[in-house]
Amino acid sequence: MHGFANPARFLKIARWLTMPLLVSGLVISMCAVLWGLTQVPPDRLMGETVRILFVHVPAAWLSMGGWSAIAIASLAELVWRHPLAAIAARAAAVPGATFTAICLATGSIWGRPTWGTWWVWDGRLTSMLVLLFLYFGYIALSSSLAREGQSSRIAAIFGLVGAINIPIINRSVVWWNSLHQPPSITMGQSAIDPVFLWPLLIATLGFSLLFGGVVLARMRAILADIQAEARLRRKALQAEESLA
Amino acid sequence: MSSGLKPKHQRLVLVVVALVALVGAGLLAAYALRNQASYFYVPADIAAAPPQVGQPIRLGGMVENGSIATAADGVTVQFVVQDGAARVPVSYTGIVPALFVEGSGVVAEGSMNADGTFIADNLLAKHDENYMPRELEGMSTAELREELQETVE
Repeated sequence: MHGFANPARFLKIARWLTMPLLVSGLVISMCAVLWGLTQVPPDRLMGETVRILFVHVPAAWLSMGGWSAIAIASLAELVWRHPLAAIAARAAAVPGATFTAICLATGSIWGRPTWGTWWVWDGRLTSMLVLLFLYFGYIALSSSLAREGQSSRIAAIFGLVGAINIPIINRSVVWWNSLHQPPSITMGQSAIDPVFLWPLLIATLGFSLLFGGVVLARMRAILADIQAEARLRRKALQAEESLA
Repeated sequence: MSSGLKPKHQRLVLVVVALVALVGAGLLAAYALRNQASYFYVPADIAAAPPQVGQPIRLGGMVENGSIATAADGVTVQFVVQDGAARVPVSYTGIVPALFVEGSGVVAEGSMNADGTFIADNLLAKHDENYMPRELEGMSTAELREELQETVE
């Protein structure tokens, strides 16, 4: 892992990988969503509203995947002091929050015709909203620490503590009676007909590639920021020295 | 900890201990919230601890097959919510959600009246975890399996 601790080596790989990830992610997501919108038959009960599944479910998975990535990166930062871990965690926060917002919005749009309500305070919906607020808190905290030039260790602890919400989201529909349905896909079993499952899995692949591409692009941007900052500081020092 | 443990491992142990404590606390809290965090009561809960008349609660369960009846006024529906253990008769006046059908899940908001009927002010349809296209509707499980086999072959 520490092979990538050298930002130069990481940047070389990241520069090469960003575009293919973004382009393939975009193409695969578009194909899967178009397939879901036009080729898939309507559901027996939900009718046409089933099509929102192909955006809602991958977004939900990635919103939880995003926080898991933050938690793992935070662990790597706290324990192994990996120099890129804090940057990776910061880079994953904004796309993670975006997918959480997409998940909440599409779920709400689906809920109105299906359940008869935009929003209820059941376990799944509430814990998902908490995840969105955790993302906002993490983004605010980590970017303010970076702006002040302080250690990101507090943000890493926040990232680890916030991870407790992930199993709660996952189990919320099993532990508590909720309006949201129980999981359709559990360990190797699916209650989703293959005709819906395939576009769903392909959309998930596309969204994940996009997520990876955005994280790499943001990591490069943060590294470039740090370099520019360091260069400015060096210039300022030199100017001071030449004045003295 | 001074027994030659590397700082790296010391931090790992510390973080793991903290995480175990955190997850334990989270699980305990979730367990304690079991009753409060549930979105609705099932008929068995109502049978075990009948709520007071007029107390606003949510009742959730399956709509019993063959129990939906529309009253003479055309907008009042009467049906029975059951969970396999108990059943509660429900009366609701208003527009029912599209997914409100016999044998599917429902959440009713309202209160019990004096003669044991649940008077709902609002109905929410609950979707189950199954997603299935229309063509396959009405097939038995054996037929479905056959159809699936043909598709695979």
